[in-house]
Amino acid sequence: MKKHYNIAIVGGGPAGTTAARFATSQGASVVVLEKDREIGVPVRCAEGISEEGLTKFVDIDPKWIAAKITDFGFVSPSGKMIVFHSPSIGYILHRRLFDHSLAELASDMGAEIYTKAYVHGIKRNGTKTTLYLRHIGVETEIEADIVIAADGVESRIAHLAGIKTKLLLKDIEPCAQMQLANIEVNPNRGDFYLSNNWAPGGYVWAFPKGEHTANVGLGINGRYAGNKSALEYLKDFVAEKFPSASVLTTTAGGVPVAKVVDDLVVDGLMVIGDAAHQVNPLTGGGISTAMAAGKMAGLVAAAAVNDQDFSAKRLSDYQKQWDKTIGKDIKRLYRLKEWAINLTDSDYEDIAQSLDGLSPEEVTLIKIFKQAVKKKPSLVIDVLKVFAGF
Amino acid sequence: MIIVNEKMCDLCGTCVAVCPVDCIELTEFDLIINDETCINCDACVKICPFAALTSEISEV
Repeated sequence: MKKHYNIAIVGGGPAGTTAARFATSQGASVVVLEKDREIGVPVRCAEGISEEGLTKFVDIDPKWIAAKITDFGFVSPSGKMIVFHSPSIGYILHRRLFDHSLAELASDMGAEIYTKAYVHGIKRNGTKTTLYLRHIGVETEIEADIVIAADGVESRIAHLAGIKTKLLLKDIEPCAQMQLANIEVNPNRGDFYLSNNWAPGGYVWAFPKGEHTANVGLGINGRYAGNKSALEYLKDFVAEKFPSASVLTTTAGGVPVAKVVDDLVVDGLMVIGDAAHQVNPLTGGGISTAMAAGKMAGLVAAAAVNDQDFSAKRLSDYQKQWDKTIGKDIKRLYRLKEWAINLTDSDYEDIAQSLDGLSPEEVTLIKIFKQAVKKKPSLVIDVLKVFAGF
Repeated sequence: MIIVNEKMCDLCGTCVAVCPVDCIELTEFDLIINDETCINCDACVKICPFAALTSEISEV
C-alpha cells in the first residue's frame, strides 16, 4: 500500500469497485479499502437485478448467473398467486462471484485493492484527506486527494465527513435471508409474498438460484420493528411455506428505503451506493443504482484529479448528473414506498382479486400498481412515470 | 446501556445506520458501543434483524 493516492475508495462492493474501474480508466491512481476478509462476502443481498441494470455497466459473465427470471409471482395474504410475464429479463446473481469480477475489472485497469483494511478515521488537511486504517491488524494511514465513501448502509466515513447519512426507522428495512435447498421452486420465476403477518411494511422474496434452491428472505419496515425481529418473521415464514428445507446460509442486513442523502459531495469527498441511500426504495434493489453512482462518481473524481480541483463545487458534477437521471425516479419511488408501507392485508387481497383470471401476459406492473393506488389517485402519475417512462 | 450478544450479532451494520448519535462502530470483527455517548434511545435494539441487542437500565 502506498502513502498517497489520487482517489481512496472505502468499501469494495459494486459501488466502490465500479467507481475504481472508471476512475482508473481515466488515469487516476486508485486504492479500494475493504474492511472484510473477502470481496463480496458475506452476501447480504437477494441478488436480483434486471438485465438492463447489469449490461449498462458490465458485460455479463455466465458464471455469475444463478437463474434467469422471465416471470414474477405475487402471493396475497390468503395464498392467491398472481403471475405476470416480465417485459424484460432479470437475473439472480451469485454475488460473491459477481463482486469478485467487478474487483478484477478494476484491478485490471490498475486499481489497488486491499481486504481486511478497516478505515476508522478521516481528517481533512488543506486540500488533502488523511484516512486512518487498520490493515490486517496494523495501524496505518494514507493520504488521498479525493475519498469516495462506498462503505454501505452503516457508512460512518460519510457521516464523519459531515454528510447526514443516519436513517429514521421508517426509512430502513431490517432484513433476514436464508438460502434454502431441497425446496420446490420455479427456476425462472421470482416470487413476492405480501402480507403484514409475514413481513409488515415490507415483503418476503423467494428468488430461485437453481432448480431446488432459492434465496428466501424478508424485510420489515423499521417502523414496525421491535416486538419481533426480522429473523423471527423469517423462521415463521419458512416453517409455514418450506418446512422441509435445508438452510445453506443465514444472513442479516439493513436496506435503506429512504430519500437519497441531500449532499452527495463535500470538499474532497463523495458518497455512493447504500451509503448514499441510492437504492430503489420501493423494491430495495440497489446493485444497479450503486454501479450507476460508482461510474458517475469515478469519472467525475478522475476529471477533478486532472484539474487538481477537489472542491465540493468541482465534485458536484456527480450530484448534478445523479439528480438529472436516477435521482428523479428515486424521488417518485420514495412517494410510492411511503404509501406502500401502509397497505393492509385486505388491500393486498383486493388487488389480487381485481387481477384474478388474467393470464400472465395480461398482467402488467402498471395494472398492478394502478389498481393498488386507486384509493390514492395522486400517485397514479408517479406510477406511470416510473413504470412506463412517461 | 446497550448489551451486544456477540453470539447472535451478524455484523450487518443496520444498528449503525440508525444510531442518531453515532455511538456504534462496526469494525472488521466486532461491534463497539460507546456508553458515554449513547442516549439510550433503543433505535438499535428495535432495528436489529437478529435481536442481538438489549437495553439494560444502568444503576444511577
